[in-house]
Amino acid sequence: MNAHVNHKEWPLWEVFIRSRNGLDHKHCGSLHAVDAAMALKNARDVFTRRMEGVSVWVVRADDIVASDPDVKPEMFDPAADKIYRHPTFYTLPDEVNHM
Amino acid sequence: MNTLTAPVSAAHLNYLLRIADSSLILGHRLSEWCGHGPVIEEDIALTNVALDLIGQARALYTHAGASEGRDRDEDVFAFNRPQEEFCNVSMVELPNGDYACTIVRNFLFTAFQRELWVALHSSPDAALAQIAAKSVKETRYHVQHASDWTVRMGDGTDESHARMQRALDYLWPYTAEFFSASLDDGEIAMSGIGPVWSTLETAWRNAVLPLLDVATLQIPQRTAFVSRGKEGMHGEHMRTLLSEMQFLQRAHPNCKW
Repeated sequence: MNAHVNHKEWPLWEVFIRSRNGLDHKHCGSLHAVDAAMALKNARDVFTRRMEGVSVWVVRADDIVASDPDVKPEMFDPAADKIYRHPTFYTLPDEVNHM
Repeated sequence: MNTLTAPVSAAHLNYLLRIADSSLILGHRLSEWCGHGPVIEEDIALTNVALDLIGQARALYTHAGASEGRDRDEDVFAFNRPQEEFCNVSMVELPNGDYACTIVRNFLFTAFQRELWVALHSSPDAALAQIAAKSVKETRYHVQHASDWTVRMGDGTDESHARMQRALDYLWPYTAEFFSASLDDGEIAMSGIGPVWSTLETAWRNAVLPLLDVATLQIPQRTAFVSRGKEGMHGEHMRTLLSEMQFLQRAHPNCKW
């Protein structure tokens, strides 16, 4: 496992908050907690003090699989010149142009 | 709006101040944890609770001042009264002790407050009923926070269990005062402003005892000791608390900032 894990520290959790019904949960920060219940409670105290949210998700930072910044060129650059992947690339007939 | 005409009776005013003072003094104690919490998340959690409690006190003082009709505002109640006029229960003025002691006190007292707020929903004092309706939501969270930690630490390591049991043994005798008789109980019962506190004991015990059992803590024996903070008879710790809390207004009367 990860040799850098400091067992005296509580695990890190990432916090996502939905600010209003109908909007997506957005990442807003991270915190330490020993388990999921404590992470939710801490998230409430740390991140929703000014009415920021109506719903909170927490997820162990360890459980998030992230893309590798070193492979950014091959991951993302090839999309740069493919303008035909955007719907606005296509001219529609007048009859449907107000879609 | 308050449907009762000012000035209200002395018993009514005392009833409000007992609740307000208990909230304020516990809020002040918890504010002492600011910057000293065991982890930053708990530091913020306790400060949130402190702010809620002080907010409850402010609302009640403002209402008490308006009901009394003597032109006293929230600052006068908080900063200009001498120790013997404070009628908070003695438990809330005790020093914070370790984190176990802080948590056990929060649990025992906020569980009592919750019963009080619920009963006050139907108070004929409309302003008081409104304050209770707002406060009960805050208090439910305070009870939840303290309950979680009571179970985690009570049913935790040998060290945390021993500290929790020590805290409970120390604080338990002070719970008797929540339900002890007050001189104006008869008048309060007649007026129906709110519950006579002794009537809340069964509900409080039914809420508190099962949780302490889950936390594997032993309920201490009841003793004859009854603290009397409600009557203005405070312990030595109240003096140092007030001298710090009231320092600015004492040194610079009526100063604003």
